[in-house]
Amino acid sequence: MSEPFLEVDTLCKSFGGVTAVNEVSFEARLGQTVAVIGPNGAGKTTLFNMISGLLPPDEGQIWLNGQRMDGNPPHKVADMGVARTFQNVQLFGNMTVLENVMMGRYRYERSGFIRSALGLTHQEEGQTRAAALRRLKRVGLADKAGLAAPSLPLGEQRLLELARALAAEPRLLLLDEPTAGLNAVETVRLAATVSRIRANDVCVLLVEHDMSLVMSVADWIVVLNYGEKLAEGRPEDIQNDPRVVEAYLGQENGNSAA
Amino acid sequence: MELGKQSRRSTYQNVVGIIVLVVAVVAVGWLEIVQPFGLRFRDLTGGMVTFDTLIRIGIFTIVVVGLNLLMGYAGQISLGQAAFYGLGAYFSAIMTTLAIRHDVLPVMSRSWWWPWLAILGGMALTGGFAYLIGRPILRLRGNYLAMATLGVGIVLYTLFREGDNITGGSDGISGIPRLAIGEGLKLWPIERYYFLVWGVAILVIIIALNIVNSRVGRALRAIHGSEVAANVSGVNTTRSKLQILVVSAMIASLAGSLYAHFQALVAPSPFGFVASVTLVCMAAVGGLASIWGALFGVAFVFVVKEVLRARMHDLLHGAGGEHELIAYGLILILIMIFMPQGVVQGLTEIYQGWKKGRQQTTRARDKTESSPRYQLIDESN
Amino acid sequence: MRQILGSTRGRTAVLIVAIVALIVLVLLLGYRKNFGPEHYAQLAIDGIRGGSIYALIALGFVVIHSVTGIINFAQGEFVMLGAMLCVTVYHAELAALSPLSPPLKMLLAVLLAVAGTTLIGALLERFAIYPARNRRAPVVALIIITIGATIAIRAIALIIWGTRPYFVPAFTTLEMEDLTLRLGTLIIKAQSFWIWGVVAVVLVALALFFERTIMGKALRACAINRRAAQLMGINPSRMSLLAFALAAALGAVGGMVLAPATRPTYDMGLMLGLKGFVAAIMGGLLSYPGAVVGGLVLGVVENVGAGVTSAGYKDIIVFVILVLILLFRPRGFIGGGEQAVEEA
Repeated sequence: MSEPFLEVDTLCKSFGGVTAVNEVSFEARLGQTVAVIGPNGAGKTTLFNMISGLLPPDEGQIWLNGQRMDGNPPHKVADMGVARTFQNVQLFGNMTVLENVMMGRYRYERSGFIRSALGLTHQEEGQTRAAALRRLKRVGLADKAGLAAPSLPLGEQRLLELARALAAEPRLLLLDEPTAGLNAVETVRLAATVSRIRANDVCVLLVEHDMSLVMSVADWIVVLNYGEKLAEGRPEDIQNDPRVVEAYLGQENGNSAA
Repeated sequence: MELGKQSRRSTYQNVVGIIVLVVAVVAVGWLEIVQPFGLRFRDLTGGMVTFDTLIRIGIFTIVVVGLNLLMGYAGQISLGQAAFYGLGAYFSAIMTTLAIRHDVLPVMSRSWWWPWLAILGGMALTGGFAYLIGRPILRLRGNYLAMATLGVGIVLYTLFREGDNITGGSDGISGIPRLAIGEGLKLWPIERYYFLVWGVAILVIIIALNIVNSRVGRALRAIHGSEVAANVSGVNTTRSKLQILVVSAMIASLAGSLYAHFQALVAPSPFGFVASVTLVCMAAVGGLASIWGALFGVAFVFVVKEVLRARMHDLLHGAGGEHELIAYGLILILIMIFMPQGVVQGLTEIYQGWKKGRQQTTRARDKTESSPRYQLIDESN
Repeated sequence: MRQILGSTRGRTAVLIVAIVALIVLVLLLGYRKNFGPEHYAQLAIDGIRGGSIYALIALGFVVIHSVTGIINFAQGEFVMLGAMLCVTVYHAELAALSPLSPPLKMLLAVLLAVAGTTLIGALLERFAIYPARNRRAPVVALIIITIGATIAIRAIALIIWGTRPYFVPAFTTLEMEDLTLRLGTLIIKAQSFWIWGVVAVVLVALALFFERTIMGKALRACAINRRAAQLMGINPSRMSLLAFALAAALGAVGGMVLAPATRPTYDMGLMLGLKGFVAAIMGGLLSYPGAVVGGLVLGVVENVGAGVTSAGYKDIIVFVILVLILLFRPRGFIGGGEQAVEEA
């Protein structure tokens, strides 16, 4: 088995008196899709925020590709090949669909302030635009490239955010409830895209409430409850684990409300 | 690839715009110098807009372009920009008058290149100050950032006003020399200075347009759109915001120095809170997220003020400048009601709507890359 | 150092240290001028008077901002209008008014000033703010509209009243010379009591309004969570109108009670508005009690500081305070301030 790309080691985070994450540890490898599930308030988004550098953990460590990353600012985490989507879609509302995806290519562009001021960036702009357009075609949004991003319906906005994340060619992709608020058709479309990602040796970390999606896509599941890791294992094992069933699956019975 | 064409079209538009601007500047300058048939610029405008005003428009355009980069693109509000403008003006004034008076570096300070060095020094000083102030202040958001910049601006203004020994207090510093290149080429009288100011303005516009259409510009707009998403996309938002603040401060300082050598006198009043607010109004009227908007906004405000002053004078038989202010305030209000994105965007929409009506075909909404639709979501909770 | 500045607790500690240092500085400067405790007391008392006005202005800011998200740059002009209208009505040479005795005249002037300014505030909202919000104007545009209103109002004031300062008699004596009280070494003008009294009454009335009336509660709801308030059926446009009218009234009350103490001029609104705004920020821009305390503290600090240095530095002191607060405790000192002030 290869070395884990992501290692999370006894992470802790509290807000005021409330413990959001309590000594959570797990690993994830390239090419693996790990789903993090748990009832609302179990600390999943807080976990994501720590991994992507938006929140420093109170205790514990985060390792990316053998390098310690906890406490680093988000742009440095992004430089390690991490991309994410958000629970509440964070599009660049003042840009077009294409420009949003072009932002995903930011890591690969090289022009600094001086080059930009002198107007020497035409070639790079062309390359970025082409790469972004290709990405849009693959998610099926190419015909809407020139539209303002907020004008898209929610399902397509989520696809757009996913396209932006994929444009960064990440090695670790964090998806935070990508199907929240989507109808059945949109969910299927998104699930198909997620499935295609698996083929590319990318490590996918997925927070989801839609159990059928989780069961079909995940190689490994980590279950959180009240900020603690309750269980982890293969989907079939988790499905039958009595503690998990009691804490989570049993109460909601399959598809839970987002 | 339709979008390749679109971006080429917007670059094409920008180039055309620059050429038109250069031609216009040269044409008016030529008119003023040669004065064919005894005509001067002010005759073209019925005596309402003077050549002097054109230079002021040029100077303010420089400041507002910087302000647009900061406010419109990066989305950081500055209600103290006039203070940076003032720093540049005062630095140039002090270096070129007091230094001579107190015989500092006597050989250097009387040479022709000393004022130019002072201009660069002012830009460095102002940029450095902006950097120091920016690091803590840019952590703030929205209204709070606006108020912090307001506070800094007023503090600086008060220092200008109270610093009697250095800044000349309320009377300011006078006797600022004119600029010259080499021993012979003095950049005066006014027609020559006009070319200097507009040369700089056009250069600044070109640089700003370049920035906007590049990776840096996109990063700035990303910060404005969603700072969190920009961060996780790899943008060092802290550094980018600071960078653009420093750049806009340096641009304002440059304009301030040009103003000092134009007016030959530097007093505190053009650098206070009202001035900062006027700059923001000019930027907003033109269109915050648009470099061309800066030019139009400044020109619009100046022209309206001049026209009103002249007309009111006639209408009310020599009444003072107060009436023009009422109209000016009302016009600001009306523009913000009917064209909240600014005049450039507003007129563009009217034009496009007219074209659409004529063609009666549905086309995908066309967004040019250099003036993106500015969707501020009114969720300041 | 970054560690200290990073945490809220660290920053509060730095702020406290800074405040202590400032107090020491003030005492040193005062020592140079041979200030005894009676000087400080006098400066403080006078400062509270100015601070009460700042408190009223700050309340106006909080009302409008909490309901609409707008910083109302015209707030200072409401104060000016209150003062000027009071002056005009009192000195009006109208036949209808001559049978009235001076106290009645003053009462009428005060009432009309407040009513008139409230009306102007409401008109401003209906004709300038409301149409813009209907067109989904961004907040920047709305702020600029208030700026345009300030410019227009001040220009109209200049035309009507000119640049000269006006005089209104003190409320107590109804003459130019006011009653002065001496408490030990302290000298207090009677008008100060009027100011404090009026401000206290206004605060009580406001508190009752917010606690007991439906409209008041609706306004508070908007301050806490505008979205939720909307979803509960509170009409945002009517709330906006109410907010502007209320803020105008508050400003006018401040202006009319201040008028006898300082000589009103057409441009008094600008600085008053700005300082009232600083006071509002000190309270976190969303807290009513915070705004009041902020105003009082600001008035005292400003006056004491100006006393130990010189009058010209009054403005610097106020705005340095503003910047320091924003840098170290942007949520203000008191009350629940805005949530997302800084990035995570």
